[in-house]
Amino acid sequence: MSSTRLKSALTLLGPFIALLMVYAIFGMMNSAMFSQDVMLSLLTQTVIVGTAAIGMTLIIIAGGIDLSVGSIIALCGVFAATLVTHTSAPVVFLGTIALGGLCGLVNGGLTVGLRLLPFIITLGTMQIFRGAGKIATKGTPVNLPFDVTAYKLWMGGAGIPWGVWLMVLLVVLFSLILRYTRFGRHIFAVGSNEHTATLCGINVAKVKIFVYMIGGALAGLAAVMNMAKSSQGDPTTAMGMELDIIAAVVIGGASLSGGEGTVLGALIGALLMTTIRTGCVLNGIPTPWTEVIAGTVIIIAVIIDRLRHRTA
Amino acid sequence: MPSSHPRLVMRGIRKTFGPTIALGRVDLEVLPGEVHALVGENGAGKSTLMKILSGAYLPDSGEMEIDGKIYHPRHPLDARAAGVGMIYQELSIAPHLTVEENIVLGMEPMRGPFVDRKAMRARALEALAHFDHPDIRPDALAGKLSVSALQLVEIGRSLAMGCKLLVFDEPTSSLAQKDIERLFALIDRLKAQGISIIYISHFLEEVKRLASRLTVLRDGSVVGTRDVATVTPEEVVSLMVGRDVEDLYPRTHHSVGEKLLEIRNLSGHEKPQSLNLDLHRGEVVGIAGLVGSGRTEFLRALFGLDGVKSGEVLIGGKSETATPRKRWLEGVGLLSENRKEEGLALNLSIADNVTLTCLERFGSGGMVSPKKQRTATSVWIDRLGIKCQGPAQAIGALSGGNQQKAAFARLLEHDVDVLLLDEPTRGIDIAAKARIYEAINEVVTDPKRPRAVIMISSYLPELFGVCDRIAVMSQGKLTRAVAVEKLTPHDVMLVATGKAADLP
Repeated sequence: MSSTRLKSALTLLGPFIALLMVYAIFGMMNSAMFSQDVMLSLLTQTVIVGTAAIGMTLIIIAGGIDLSVGSIIALCGVFAATLVTHTSAPVVFLGTIALGGLCGLVNGGLTVGLRLLPFIITLGTMQIFRGAGKIATKGTPVNLPFDVTAYKLWMGGAGIPWGVWLMVLLVVLFSLILRYTRFGRHIFAVGSNEHTATLCGINVAKVKIFVYMIGGALAGLAAVMNMAKSSQGDPTTAMGMELDIIAAVVIGGASLSGGEGTVLGALIGALLMTTIRTGCVLNGIPTPWTEVIAGTVIIIAVIIDRLRHRTA
Repeated sequence: MPSSHPRLVMRGIRKTFGPTIALGRVDLEVLPGEVHALVGENGAGKSTLMKILSGAYLPDSGEMEIDGKIYHPRHPLDARAAGVGMIYQELSIAPHLTVEENIVLGMEPMRGPFVDRKAMRARALEALAHFDHPDIRPDALAGKLSVSALQLVEIGRSLAMGCKLLVFDEPTSSLAQKDIERLFALIDRLKAQGISIIYISHFLEEVKRLASRLTVLRDGSVVGTRDVATVTPEEVVSLMVGRDVEDLYPRTHHSVGEKLLEIRNLSGHEKPQSLNLDLHRGEVVGIAGLVGSGRTEFLRALFGLDGVKSGEVLIGGKSETATPRKRWLEGVGLLSENRKEEGLALNLSIADNVTLTCLERFGSGGMVSPKKQRTATSVWIDRLGIKCQGPAQAIGALSGGNQQKAAFARLLEHDVDVLLLDEPTRGIDIAAKARIYEAINEVVTDPKRPRAVIMISSYLPELFGVCDRIAVMSQGKLTRAVAVEKLTPHDVMLVATGKAADLP
């Protein structure tokens, strides 16, 4: 018992130590890393990837993958920015989250209904959602009017932005759901062995569709945050962000073959990705090198994870 | 070299992994031309001992001799050079290479920088001469061959390097009956040529057929070496588990009660065809038949895992379209024949696996208490003797026998009335088998609520030992179930192989 507890703690400890080390190294290169402004900016930058990574964690634990998440964020961002001028903030939030959930329903429904690999389905919907966003806006960003200020506090303002709190709240909520609810245990069972889940009377199709819908809905929420940050809905935003999101989940200890992963780990993974990018900017490291460093860290994280599995 | 030397001597072999003592001073002696069986529970140390013999592990202490010469392998290649060949359950054949390339793999005859294909062919033919198998031509692509043929290629590889000692680890687990016969005949021939064989098996019948002596390992120590001719199965199991086992198939009086399950003309899409069977409280009905006869399809259709074309299943008098969920709710549980692929979620905990069908009992309003799951699972860990670190350990880390006990515990925890068991003891050690037979007997003789069992097995002694009635499946059709006292294994085989239409 205690050894298994220890093991699950180690799962999180690995990425956490990596995060501290990367942060410390950049801090030694430029002490501005330790300033309050940069810390706040790190947290704020993490919100978009972090929120979407919560949903991706559920999808990956269930044995799936969602490559379309970046496109969902773009499509939902366009939708949200268009709604802003017509309606109140709560409706914008709910509407955008609903659209994201709908995108997830499409992903989940097609995966389950056609019995195709989610990799293939979401590779397709990645293009479709992206294209739909561009069609809706004729390819140009939808800018928020200058007098709209309701969204500023979510990703900026004085102190810790609301978006950060919301993300933390969601991490706690989904950690509890995964661990202490039947639905959460079913997600693990489906990802660990779909046949066993079927044998045990779990409605596998329902679990999968739900998980993609939650993933989409959280991507929708991330889209609102993205809009709040950039004050626009840009159909070309978040290109390649799906890779950062998936990387965050995997760095956080999830297994791409399903059945393993934690939401808190994914948050740490997302923080690590942001820290690398911010640290590189602060130290004047050119973007191509940032990419090389980020890629290297992902591979190292996975190697460490493999070693941990071997010794455990 | 005088033949008075044993082929292999292992003396005081000790191996530890951290605080775990895998082997504590094991002695083993194998004579030239002897088939020596090695039996023991999973985790008793058989594989560790064989890995030391093959140079994959270095022992902490102890020494080995082959034909009187010190043998100290530091690497599997050393073992090959010393004439030790290993045939593992999982074959190490490269499917994209030809048979001859596989045989000489790693020791290709060279001419300058090139493989000497002529010498390679000659060496392969020499090795293949042992088998006389029409499919195995030297230039055939290995990937096109059957499992049994591949096993022969693997044996051929060992023979081609001139091995004197061959280790077989569960060689029959993936073979059909006629291939098993062929393998046994080959082992007899190799023995006659003076090659020594260490034979690891969970089947005492195989050991009886092949070996002259057997050595039992328990918890990393040798607990005894016996002459196969005189030892009884009960004695072997007692040695393995360390306590007296009086009867491998315990059988207290089964008193048959009300009808729980009634199957009328059940047909699947291909198999089964128009199947009828009744099942009552307090009885075990066995389903015999060859692999592929439709036994598994029958249970899957009954359980709602596969579609049903026609017919009906009455449970407690009611008939409904089956889904696994409904079946569990009706008190019917299925133990899959395929533990790793279907039966268990390997990277989840024992507790999750055992309680997966009835999570709603471990909390209200969609919540689940992991603590309650663990408490409930601990009961079964104790009662079935599942060797593990605790209920939160990943089930994939357990040995096959313990995994199977946990899979069985799922049915017990759900507290089903009808247990559908598909090959419940396949690939597990005899001690774990004995525990499962015991558990089956316990549930059908439960004084408060005797359950009912349908058990598929390819292993006739088990069916005759455990069941009250046996029915035979042949090409999708099931005979009526006949009381086991009125049957002989011969009767069953005649129907299973299509030589007789019905049981007497």
